[in-house]
Amino acid sequence: MEIVREQDVVPFRNRVREFSTRIGMSLVNQTKLITAASELVRNMLKYASGGKVILEIISHNAKTGVRLTFKDEGPGIADIALAMRDGFSTGRSLGLGLPGAKRLVNEFDLKSNPGEGTTVTVIHWKHGR
Amino acid sequence: MNTTAQVLEKNKERILEKWMQNQLSDASLRDDLMTSDELQRQSKEMLDGLLRAVSKGNHDNIYDTEFEQVTDTLRDISITRARQGFSPRETGTYVLSLKQALIEVLVEQRQDDTSTLYMEIMQLNTLLDNLSIVTFETFIKGREEVILRQTDEISEISTPVIRVWDGILALPIIGTLDSARTQIVMENLLQEIVNTGSNIAILDISGVPAVDSLVAQHLIKTVSATRLMGAECIISGIRAEIAQTIVHLGIDLSNIKTKASLASALQLAFSMTNLEVRRNDKNKGLNIMR
Repeated sequence: MEIVREQDVVPFRNRVREFSTRIGMSLVNQTKLITAASELVRNMLKYASGGKVILEIISHNAKTGVRLTFKDEGPGIADIALAMRDGFSTGRSLGLGLPGAKRLVNEFDLKSNPGEGTTVTVIHWKHGR
Repeated sequence: MNTTAQVLEKNKERILEKWMQNQLSDASLRDDLMTSDELQRQSKEMLDGLLRAVSKGNHDNIYDTEFEQVTDTLRDISITRARQGFSPRETGTYVLSLKQALIEVLVEQRQDDTSTLYMEIMQLNTLLDNLSIVTFETFIKGREEVILRQTDEISEISTPVIRVWDGILALPIIGTLDSARTQIVMENLLQEIVNTGSNIAILDISGVPAVDSLVAQHLIKTVSATRLMGAECIISGIRAEIAQTIVHLGIDLSNIKTKASLASALQLAFSMTNLEVRRNDKNKGLNIMR
């Protein structure tokens, strides 16, 4: 899914909801995943002015889950450890987006090189673990 | 040898007749939206303009002055149709069925000269394709205007400030809170606090589908602005799953009064203003004492 404008956020969240309902995720886990997705997609819009998200349903060792891959070609993150710290923000926001999203999902992976863009992959399992 | 324009001019009546037939025979035509008389009048005006333009020797460039009248009429028709609720198919059929009528007439008239016929049909094809593109552009523009107006209306009606009691305001927020809406919400709320002299505002977020850090930030801003005005803010309608996500995200709402439902928020507001709600034993009705 392409995300280029703020108006794309709501349809995107609905797609995530659709995917997580399809595998029978509970409401709490759905909300967690959607909120994390919302944080990441807003980051993408704000710092990289848009990008792509791949939504997938995956299974692994009899677990099913939703995997979201956020890919952008923005400026990248210079200091990942600093960006993952609570309360740090370069954009006058609460600074909870990245660390918060990490706490909300089961698996979180962030790759970024300055000047080359950022890729964030998150996985949330059906039962939240 | 007659030119294309002359042939068409001579057979204008037949073209119009065929065109009308094509339009009326289309099963999708909505005669409830437009009478056939009106359609006939519109079509005649359009055909007149088109033939006049073609007779000046212009076959392809619809942006020339000769075509101004035609494109104007066409835009007019498309935009009225978009507003009246015609489907894109109906609007498109209008121009495309003219093409059919024109070609049919030309085929009749040019039976002996296929190479000229071929050239003419090619020219007409390009011309009418261009005209149908104009139709679509305008049709979509008409629809977009409708959408834009609705967006305006939604943002206007979506943030009502309700006075639930003397000095207590409630503000149900429905949908996603973005920066633009927060601005409207805050403005409305602060203005209403001034107007009514209220000192408690209840922000109800039951209708907000997801609370992420941006929404939370906007809420915190609204609350601080309300506090600056000397009023207290209660956030209500925090659902169980939202409470969990807020905690995981690490958003600190502990210095803001929050309640699960609007009812309990109202109760808190009553106790903050030293109001008491109790049952009247005499007639079993609700009686609110000051």
